[in-house]
Amino acid sequence: MIKVDKLVKRFADSVVLDGIDLEIQQGEIIVVIGPSGTGKSTLLRCLNFLEQPDAGQLTIGDLSVDVTRATRRQILEIRRRTAFVFQNYALFANKTALENIAEGLIVVNRWPEAKAHERARQILERIGLKDKANAYPASLSGGQQQRVGIGRAMAAQAEVILFDEPTSSLDPEWVDEVLSLMKQLAEERQTMLVVTHEMSFARDVADRVVFMEGGRIVEQGPPSELFRAPKDPRTRDFLRKVLPEAPVESPLF
Amino acid sequence: MSILNVDYMLGLFPILVSYLPLTLGMAAAGMVMALILSCCLAVIRVLRLPILNGLTKLFISFFRGTPLLVQLFLFYYGFPKLIADMAGVSVTILGHTTVLPMWLENATEISAITAAIIGLTLHFSAYMAESIRAAIVGVDRSQTEAALSIGMTNGQLMRRIVLPQATRIAVPTLMNYFIDMIKATSLAFALGVTELMGATQKEAASSFNYFEAFITAAVLYWAVVELLAWLQRRLESRLNEAYRR
Repeated sequence: MIKVDKLVKRFADSVVLDGIDLEIQQGEIIVVIGPSGTGKSTLLRCLNFLEQPDAGQLTIGDLSVDVTRATRRQILEIRRRTAFVFQNYALFANKTALENIAEGLIVVNRWPEAKAHERARQILERIGLKDKANAYPASLSGGQQQRVGIGRAMAAQAEVILFDEPTSSLDPEWVDEVLSLMKQLAEERQTMLVVTHEMSFARDVADRVVFMEGGRIVEQGPPSELFRAPKDPRTRDFLRKVLPEAPVESPLF
Repeated sequence: MSILNVDYMLGLFPILVSYLPLTLGMAAAGMVMALILSCCLAVIRVLRLPILNGLTKLFISFFRGTPLLVQLFLFYYGFPKLIADMAGVSVTILGHTTVLPMWLENATEISAITAAIIGLTLHFSAYMAESIRAAIVGVDRSQTEAALSIGMTNGQLMRRIVLPQATRIAVPTLMNYFIDMIKATSLAFALGVTELMGATQKEAASSFNYFEAFITAAVLYWAVVELLAWLQRRLESRLNEAYRR
């Protein structure tokens, strides 16, 4: 289980995360939506300590830390328990697809190379890239790169995989293959926290949708409720913009 | 009598070739030490280590700002003389008076070859530190973030991800410096080292075949550099393997 308490992050003098509370159960798939610049990505980056949060408590499994007092060792441990999928894939450019997936197992988990490569091969098969094991990122399509990015996160066996707009940099032709891999993971009940603008993914796959605006969680609930009957006017506004084909009825009328 | 004494050149060629090991040896030794030193300097600059960063900047500024020949004379004639003169001198620091030991007189006597290698090392490491620093900074930030995100330590991500990628960026420039260093070994001649240039000078002076002697030496340097340039292209193409689409 993952628990975030009153998480705050400031950049210069603007407050990007203004006291976020969030609980994620094991096997839960949560999709975070909201306008640009509302701190969705920053939330993910704080959970992975790619950004140092300014206040709050973070609990992942049996590890609970006050983020301002986290030691170097605790930060490493938190990163090992939270895998990250980047918008721009961020594959290691000097390593093959296989090595990208095996790298963390070898360096961080100290597996022998043969065992790590064996596991990486299994993952490559699951993400449908068995024949690309020895290909370098530069020779892969955007969709293939992002699937390797997800494979790298799968290898970490983290408590949660954090997806930071995983399809936003992709050409439209590659979006589906990445989304369907994510659906496949969701069906296996891999705990996921996904920031995305793919509303259909949120509606079809999420157990819970979280709407963020201005550094706060405005509203959250199962997609059936949040999309059909949003309570907050800000949620309604946002959904009206991103779901033009399905006008949202106000529950008040 | 012909204008060009070809027989002399053919006879001189093997003699000059026999001096290549010394020339290349000095360059190789200088390059290995300069690589180690410049990597340290570059890391100090990238991490902005307090105090060391300032000293490194001063070091780089001095060795880039003064001619190599001046530096070589400083190391061969200047410092040994300075330190030898200090033997037996009494100094007072903060009220304490000590007499500097007499062994200083011979402590820093170094061979001309050693002085040349030290000078080449320091001079070129100043230049190389800056290109290595640029190469490290030039590795995309996303690579560091990806490495951090899976729980690597700073040391691990430097070793496994950043430095290998920085190497690819730095190799063309570093090879250029190596080529430059091979040619710069000829300045050791001014310290009295009989390397390729010194040997040529002696041969030329005793035979009066100045043009033949120096053109032979020039061709030798040129051939070595071309060989290296060929090696450089092969190395670069191997390093670029991962980046071909």
